[in-house]
Amino acid sequence: MANGSKQIVDFAKIKATMADPYKHPVQVIDREGTVVDPDILAKYSDDQLVDFMKKMVWERTLHEQTMNFSRQGRLGFYAPTAGEEASEMGSVTAFKEQDFLLPAYRDLPQMIQHGTTVAKGFLWSKGHVEGSQHPNPNMIFPQIIIGAQYVETAGVALGIKKNKDEDRVAFAYTGDGGTSQGDWYEGVNFASAFQAPAVFFVQNNGWAISVPRYKQTAAETLAQKAVAMGVPSVQVDGMDIVAVHEVAKAARDFAVAGNGPVVIETLTYRYGAHSSAGDDPSRYRTKEEEKPWFDADPLIRLRKVLTDKGVWSQDQEDKLVADYKDDFKQAMKEAEAAPAQKVSDFLKWTYNVPTPAVKKQIAEFEAKESK
Amino acid sequence: MAKMTYIKAITSGLDQVLNDDPKTLIFGEDVGKNGGVFRTTVGLQDKYGEDRVFDTPLAESGILGLAIGLSLTGWRPIPEIQFMGFTFEAMDGIVGQLARDHYRFGGQKNFPVTVRTPFGGGTHTAEMHADNLENYFTSTPGLRVVTPANPYDAKGMIISAVESDDPVLFMENLKLYRSMKAEVPDEKYTVPLDSAKVVREGTDITIVAYSAEVNESLKAADALAKDNISAEVIDLRSLSPIDTDTIFASIDKTHKVVIVQEAQRMAGVGATVAADIAEEKIMSLDAPIGRVAAPDSVYPFAQAENDWIPNADDVEAKAREIFNY
Repeated sequence: MANGSKQIVDFAKIKATMADPYKHPVQVIDREGTVVDPDILAKYSDDQLVDFMKKMVWERTLHEQTMNFSRQGRLGFYAPTAGEEASEMGSVTAFKEQDFLLPAYRDLPQMIQHGTTVAKGFLWSKGHVEGSQHPNPNMIFPQIIIGAQYVETAGVALGIKKNKDEDRVAFAYTGDGGTSQGDWYEGVNFASAFQAPAVFFVQNNGWAISVPRYKQTAAETLAQKAVAMGVPSVQVDGMDIVAVHEVAKAARDFAVAGNGPVVIETLTYRYGAHSSAGDDPSRYRTKEEEKPWFDADPLIRLRKVLTDKGVWSQDQEDKLVADYKDDFKQAMKEAEAAPAQKVSDFLKWTYNVPTPAVKKQIAEFEAKESK
Repeated sequence: MAKMTYIKAITSGLDQVLNDDPKTLIFGEDVGKNGGVFRTTVGLQDKYGEDRVFDTPLAESGILGLAIGLSLTGWRPIPEIQFMGFTFEAMDGIVGQLARDHYRFGGQKNFPVTVRTPFGGGTHTAEMHADNLENYFTSTPGLRVVTPANPYDAKGMIISAVESDDPVLFMENLKLYRSMKAEVPDEKYTVPLDSAKVVREGTDITIVAYSAEVNESLKAADALAKDNISAEVIDLRSLSPIDTDTIFASIDKTHKVVIVQEAQRMAGVGATVAADIAEEKIMSLDAPIGRVAAPDSVYPFAQAENDWIPNADDVEAKAREIFNY
C-alpha cells in the first residue's frame, strides 16, 4: 500500500458539487405571489401579463372541459395538463409561427397556441387523421414514442441551419421520464454536434406515470445532463410563467444567433392522472405530496400580482372561463362533424404510389365502403 | 459505358443524384472524409462539400431522427447505416416513425428518405456485421425494401430509390460489392423499384431468388442445363412490394418453382412468395413449391458461414428434386 492519504481524484467531491450551478432555479414571482425579480417583471407591460393570465386560464379551462368530454366518452387518449400551464404557455409564447414544434402527448395546448385549432386537438385525441393536419404546417403530431421527437428535433434544426433560415428554430418537449431515453441524449448531442438551432424543454412534472422523478436518475437535476453534451441548460420554476417565458425567449435568441441548442428543465407538477385512460395517482402518491404543489399553482401567483396591480378581477376571469367553455363545446361539435375515416384512405396514404397489393386492397375496401 | 463493380455503380448513382438535386444529403458514420468503411461514398464529400456529404455522431437512432427532421424541412436524405446489424438501433426510426409518417400526416407530407445499408454474409466479418434482416422490414407497411443483384441494377435502383417520395431501405450485398463487374452506363438511367426481372429464360422450372443468391441460382441453372433441364431465373430486386406478376407468368410456363433466399427460413421473404404462389397459382403447379434457405440458427460465426449460406449446389439439388417430383 502506498504511503500518504492524498487521492489522485476526489470522486466524492465531484459528485457532491456536480449540481451546484443548478441550485437556484430561475424565478421571477415566487409561490406566495411575491415578485422576487422586479427588474425582469418590469420588462413586461400589464397587457402582456394579462395576456399570460388569459392563456393560463384558457389552458386550465381546456383541461377541465376536456376531462368532462372524456367522462362523457367523447374523447380518446388525452393527457391532462392541469398544473403545467406556466410551463406550457410561458414557453410556447416565446416562439414564432415559423418555428417548428415537436411536441409530446401532453403538449396539445402548445400546439393550439402555435397555430392549430382546438378541434384538431380533439380529433387527434379521438384518433382521427385530421388531428394531424394543421393550419400551421410548422409542427408534427404529438410524439408517442418517448424520445423520438428529440432525435427528430435535431434533424429539423439541422435542416433549418442548412436552409439558412435565419429567424427560425426547432423546439421540442418531453417530460422527466423522457430524459432517461437514449434518444434524449442522441437528440441533444446531435443538435450540439451540428450546432443546430434547437430548444429542448423538459417539463419535469415529477412523475412518469407512476414512477417518481428520483427513480429516473441519481442526477440531482435533469438540466445538468445537458452539460455532458456541451449544451447550456437551466432549471426554471415551471409554476412561474414570467420566468419560463423569459428563459425560453433567451434560449430562442441564443439558438437563432447560431450558438447551438439549449436545454430547459421546467419544475412543474402533474395535478391529475397520467392520462384520461384509467390512471389513478392515489395508487402511487400521497395527498401530502400533492398539497404543496397545488399551493404553488401558477394561476394563483400571477392572479395575485395582477390583482395587486388592479388589472385583474374574479368577474373578468369567470367571464373568460364561460367564453372559453363555449369555444371548446363549439370545437367539439366541429370535431364530431369530421367525416368518417375510410380504410381505403389509410391504404392510399401508406405509400405515395400504392404497391400492386395495396392497389388491390384499395379496390376491395372501396367496394365495401360504397355499399 | 464502362465495366464497374457493384460498389462503384452505387457510387456513380449517388454522384448522379447529388449532382441533379441540390436537396439531396448523404450522411452517416464515416461517410465523409473516409468515404464510408467500404468506400461507397468515396470522393463525394470532396466533390459536393461537407454541407451535402457529412459524418454524424456514432448513433443510429440519431441518424434516423436526423433523416426524418431533414425531410420535414425540405431535404432529401440518404443516410447510411454502416452495417445492417446496426439497424436494430434505429428500429423505431425506420419502422416506428419513418415508414408511418406519410400515413400519419394523412398523405400531407413526404419522407423521401433512402436508408442505405450493407448486408449479407460470406465475407468473414466480425459478429453482428453479417446479417439478413430483410424480413423485419418487409413486414413494414409504408417502407419499400429493395436490393440489387448486379452493378447495372445497383446504379439504376439507387437513383430510383433517391427519387422516390416513399422511404426506401436500400440493401447492398457485402459479398457483391467487389466480386462482380459489369457494363454500367455513365449517364443517368433508372431501374424501377417494384419490378422483378427474368435474368435467364427457361421452360422447365422457375427459380426465384434475390441478391447474392441470384448468382448462385444462375450457376445452378448452368449445371441443370447440362442435363437438359431448362431453368428460368427471376431476380426479385424488390422485396417489398414483391412483383408477383413476373413470378406468376413464369410459373404458367414452367409449372414448377423453387424459391431461394440467403436468410434464415423462418418467416422470411421466401415464405411470403410461397404463400402468394399457393394462393394464386397452385392449380398451375405440378410439383410442390421448393424452398432453399439458411437454417433457423442465429447468423453463424464467420468460420462456419460458408457451410450455412445456401450455395449453387443447394439450389441445384432442390431444383432437381422438384423437377423430378
